[in-house]
Parts: sequence; C-alpha cells; structure tokens
Amino acid sequence: MIQVEGLTKDYGLRRAIEDLTFNVNKGEIVGFLGPNGAGKTTTMRILSGYMPPTAGKAVVAGYDIIEQSLEARQKIGYLPETVPLYPDMTVFDYLKFMADLRHIPEAEEKVDDVLELVHMEERSDGYIGNLSKGMRQRVGLAQALIHEPEVLILDEPTIGLDPAQIHEVRNLIREIGKERTVLLSTHILSEAQQVCNRVLIINKGRIVVEDSPEDLQARLAGGRRIAVRIAGDSKDLDHLISSIPGVSRIIEVFNDGVDFEVEPGEDVRPEVARKLVTSGYDLLELKPVGFSLEEIFLQLTQEQDAQFEESKEEQIELEEENSEEEKSEEVNEEKEG
Amino acid sequence: MRNVFTIASREYKLYFATPAAYMIAAMTFLIIGIIFYANINYALVQQFAPTVEIVIGPFITILIFATPAITMRLLAEEQRLGTLELLLTAPVRDWELVVGKWLGGFSFMLTIIAITLLYPLVLNRLVDPGIDQGLLVSGYLGLVLITAALIAIGVMVSSFFSNQIAVFFATLGIYMVLWLISTPAQAVGATGAELLKYIDFAEHFYNTLYIGIIDLSDIIYYLSITALALFFGTMSVETRRWR
Repeated sequence: MIQVEGLTKDYGLRRAIEDLTFNVNKGEIVGFLGPNGAGKTTTMRILSGYMPPTAGKAVVAGYDIIEQSLEARQKIGYLPETVPLYPDMTVFDYLKFMADLRHIPEAEEKVDDVLELVHMEERSDGYIGNLSKGMRQRVGLAQALIHEPEVLILDEPTIGLDPAQIHEVRNLIREIGKERTVLLSTHILSEAQQVCNRVLIINKGRIVVEDSPEDLQARLAGGRRIAVRIAGDSKDLDHLISSIPGVSRIIEVFNDGVDFEVEPGEDVRPEVARKLVTSGYDLLELKPVGFSLEEIFLQLTQEQDAQFEESKEEQIELEEENSEEEKSEEVNEEKEG
Repeated sequence: MRNVFTIASREYKLYFATPAAYMIAAMTFLIIGIIFYANINYALVQQFAPTVEIVIGPFITILIFATPAITMRLLAEEQRLGTLELLLTAPVRDWELVVGKWLGGFSFMLTIIAITLLYPLVLNRLVDPGIDQGLLVSGYLGLVLITAALIAIGVMVSSFFSNQIAVFFATLGIYMVLWLISTPAQAVGATGAELLKYIDFAEHFYNTLYIGIIDLSDIIYYLSITALALFFGTMSVETRRWR
C-alpha cells in the first residue's frame, strides 16, 4: 500500500530525512517511532502529498505521490500534527466542507456516519472553537476518515489527550486498522506496542530498526533478562545469584528480589530455583522479562548517536562547518517541534 | 472546477459569520450614505441634477481601503491555523484553491456592490427625467472590474504572509502604487509616461468607464490584472510546498 524508496528531504542545508526505504502492506498498522525532530513529520508530509521530496520516490495506494499526486491524495486520509480545524465553523459544516472537497456523494449522511464513528454526533452543531482538545483531535480524525481512504496517515494522533481519550483513540485506530492501512507516528513507545503490527524506528532521518514490537523486544533482550521475587528480605541475594554459572550480571536489586541478565543460550532458571530454595529463600516468582521498548529505544538511538559522534571526530577539519550545521539543525528542530 | 465553488462558498458563508465583514459593509454604506445625502442637499441648493457619479466616485475610494480588509484573511489565516496543510493534501489543485478564495471574496464584494444599487434607485426617483442609465451601467461595470482586480491582488498578497496585518498594509501599498503611478508621468518623458499611464488603475477608469465610455481595452486591462495576480498567487502557494 505504501512503498517508499530512497526518500530524502533537505531543508536548505539541513537534511531532514535520508534515504528512507520501507513498505507498508495492506491492512497493516505501522508505527513510525522516533524522538522529536527525527523526521517523522517530514516523511508523513511527503507521503500525504503536502510537499515533494528532494530525492527518492513514494507510491501510495498504487499512485506515485509526485506524478499522480491528485489520485494519491484521493486515497489518503491525513491527520497532521497540529489538527487543522476552522474554529469558526461548526463540526458538521467543517466535515461537510471536507466531504465536498473530496466529491463524496450524499455527503451529509457520510458526515453523520463518521461523526458516529468518532462519537461526536452530539456536538455536530457546536462550533469547533468551543471544543476540548480531545474532541478536536476526534474531529481531525473524522476529517481523515470521511472519504473511507485506503491509507491513513496519522501524525501523533494521541498527543495532548488525557488517558481516557488516548485509550479511546487507540481503540479507534485499531478498529480502523482492521480494514485499512495505517501509518502512525508517535514518540510514545507503549503506544506503538499496543496499536501497531510493525514498528519503524527512525532517528536523525534514518531508519534504525524495522520489526514487530514483540520481535523487536525479543531480538534485543532475547529473553535474557530474568526477574526473581522472594518473600522477605533480599539481603545477599545478588551475591548468591551472581555466583551461579551462566549469570552474566545483576541488573537491578529490589527489596523483594533481583533482576539479572544471563549469557545467551543458557537457561539457568532450574539452577537458580534450586540454589534459592536450598539457601532458605522463599521463592515467589522466577520469570524472564524483556527490556521495555523504552530501554531498547534509548539503546538504539544512543548507539546511533555514538556513531554519529565518531564520524564527526574523524572530520576535525570540518569542525566549524559541522557546528554551524548543528546550530541550524537546532533552530529547525525547534521550529518543527 | 467544483472545488473552486466548494471553497468559494465556504468563504462566502464565513463572511456572514464574522463581525468584521458586517463592519466593513456597514461602514461602506454609512460613508456612501452620508456623501450621497450631502450631494443631494448641495444639488437642491445649486439647482442641478446629480448623476450616478455621486455614488460611484466615493465608492471607488472606499473600495481601496475596504478590499484589503476583506482579502487579508483569505490565505494568511489558512497558514496560521495550519489548515493550508489540509487543503494542500486534499485532492485540490493549487489554482483551484487560489481561484476559489478569490471567488469567495469577490462574491462578497459583489453583494455589497449590489446593495449600493439602492442609491441610484433613490436618485432615479429624485431627479427628473431620471438618471442616465448608460452612465449607471458603465460605472457599475467599472466597479465590478476594479473589484475583481483588487480582490485578486489581495488574494495574491495574502498568500505571501501568515500575518494578516502585514497582508493588509502590503495590499494597501500595492493598491496605492497602482492607483497613483501615473502621477509622475509628466516627469519621465513620452514613452515612460505612456507606460505609467497604461499600468495606472485610475487611468482606465476615470477617463472612460466613469464617464460612460465602455472601451474593450479597459475591460481587458482589469481582467489581465486579475488573471496575473491569481497566477502569482498560485505560484506562491506552490512554492510553499518546496520550502
């Protein structure tokens, strides 16, 4: 449904995204993950037909986003980061306007349907300017859904919502994702974990990792982190566990237990259980836990940052130029943020 | 083409939902009304029959100040609200957006112009044997043409900035230049003077349409200005994508 090949975008001297290549298949919900200023919004703006890339190509729903922009835009529902609403229009008029721009027959019924979908039918006659942030977000989503697009591009759809609304919007996206292709960006990892079939992690304009949230976790953690919980005091527990062969390091010590890492390919759990029981601890729990996506994410982006730093050091002669670029980068990031 | 009407009709309706547009309309009628009344009084004292010029003359001046206030919002606000992103990612061509905005503003001004037809109607009853209809037609044709061009320039400038105050004054500045450019004509020699006179807005109005002469070249002049401004406006929206 979405094919991206070598997509690059420069803002003046700053390279926002570099050589992005990925595919999103039909019926998939793909999460686009990255810190602020990583290039998520830029990528989505290009895919939605808002601006052309500097290099590379993208095909959405079978249409080239540059050559057949109008056809592609017809197939895309897009919710930008700042929800684009007219505060002096009513919810109904706004959605009717969007439906008319997309030449939808029986637009008024369609508007009612989509309002029901986002649970906004009661506020249909209210002015958008009087709506809460969560409601505005839902109207924005309704606008992206009104023409039943094959592809939905959502830029940080849950930003600024309260927990109940976030839950609601995520459920809605999951619901929509059953029939349509969804590409959503977020910097909240748990969101990607909950909603997406697949995650693309992007940092400094490049894709760092592409995987399913589960595999990603498994691949990086490898089930090598094990948590032990006991009844009573965990005094000297860490010494006992680190003395067991196959345990590579203690990660964290808690009042009632220890998290530790084992060497790859080893299953030390039976040995740990035996040792604990014979040493007189009351074993309550012994289970492998993955790293959270947060930890993986930090690890990955830091790795990339380290590489970036190294390559910078190699170009000492270009130091001045680099620092200048960084400055403009910072300014641009602020603007984007 | 359908998109043009969708956008224009949204704009047109929005004018009636905002107090600014009502204020502009009210001020227009108030000023024309006062001048109209004063002229009638003067004509009574001096014992002559006033023509439709007493409506069209002041109206043209008001147009120069009212039009930027009508057009400043059109594209600048879309940029400020971020809704330009919405329109540029909808299946709408850039020119459809610009022409739609123009048509919306133009329709609103046409409504105001249509309402001012009341003054000539009243005047027609006051003077004997009625007003000169030819003068009325050509004068109002001039008004419509000038409005079309002024709105187009306003839409163009509105696409340049996201700050409405900047748009207002930049638009007013361009109007002033176009209105007064032939003033230094005598100082620049023959060809220069011809050129300046050709560019000048007022030259195409006061010497012809205002006094009842309908000349095709004047009509073409105003239509060209309209088309040119809309073309530059479209270019400006298009370049926005490349930034």
